[in-house]
Amino acid sequence: MAQSQGWVRRYAKAFFKGFFVAVPVAVTFLDRVACVARVEGASMQPSLNPGGSQSSDVVLLNHWKMRNFEVQRGDIVSLVTIGHKNRYVKVPRGHIWVEGDHHGHSFDSNSFGPVSHVVAC
Amino acid sequence: MLRGVLGKTFRLVGYTIQYGCIAHCAFEYVGGVVMCSGPSMEPTIQNSDIVFAENLSRHFYGIQRGDIVIAKSPSDPKSNICKRVIGLEGDKILTNSPSDFFKSHSYVPTGHVWLEGDNLQNSTDSRYYGPIPYGLIRGRIFFKIWPLSDFGFLRDSPNGHRFSDD
Repeated sequence: MAQSQGWVRRYAKAFFKGFFVAVPVAVTFLDRVACVARVEGASMQPSLNPGGSQSSDVVLLNHWKMRNFEVQRGDIVSLVTIGHKNRYVKVPRGHIWVEGDHHGHSFDSNSFGPVSHVVAC
Repeated sequence: MLRGVLGKTFRLVGYTIQYGCIAHCAFEYVGGVVMCSGPSMEPTIQNSDIVFAENLSRHFYGIQRGDIVIAKSPSDPKSNICKRVIGLEGDKILTNSPSDFFKSHSYVPTGHVWLEGDNLQNSTDSRYYGPIPYGLIRGRIFFKIWPLSDFGFLRDSPNGHRFSDD
């Protein structure tokens, strides 16, 4: 009986020790290096979700490349948003213009304007 | 001998990574101590005051009108700014300076906030670069640690008349 209690205690201790190592390391990895995300919607057709609503693509978001906020024209970025037509706008300094590849079916900079490139990750 | 040194090195590297990750999680999700510089928030926060910032209310969308927040600067992503939230999305905002004769208004768009410094004469804020996306907010400042003579919760805005009327 005493032996089994000791075993339980040892197991719990090892579990909590591993928990405190694994969770922060995993969260930091997902925040800083890369994470996996699912793409929803038709806005990036045909590059992403070419099958329409039947399939949703799973992509890898590379956070490591964004650590110095270097964005190139042509990059596909993901950004934080909580939810201007046929006219020219000037993209302010420090901002980027994002658009879906599928014109007219995309909630992008055409509706919410240029985004600061800090929110991109 | 070599094995011992190698083992020690690996253990050191492991502990460094582990505590670095714990520190990252704490600073990213819970909060930390921040030193503010610049005159834009005087008299609430003087130059080089040390304050405590918490990041939980950002994750739970708990930012209110009148809170002092730290946000990424919209013109330079590597620097942070410290300003007071004057309006949330959909609010009507006075965009003119107090000396202007005519009043001008604008509305804060969806997913944005309007930030202004308490020192209206000497502050580069939303009157200059417009509303800021909510995603740029890093944390909320609520407690001042240094100087000790001013230790405690932060004061309300001296420019209360700039808040929207509702």
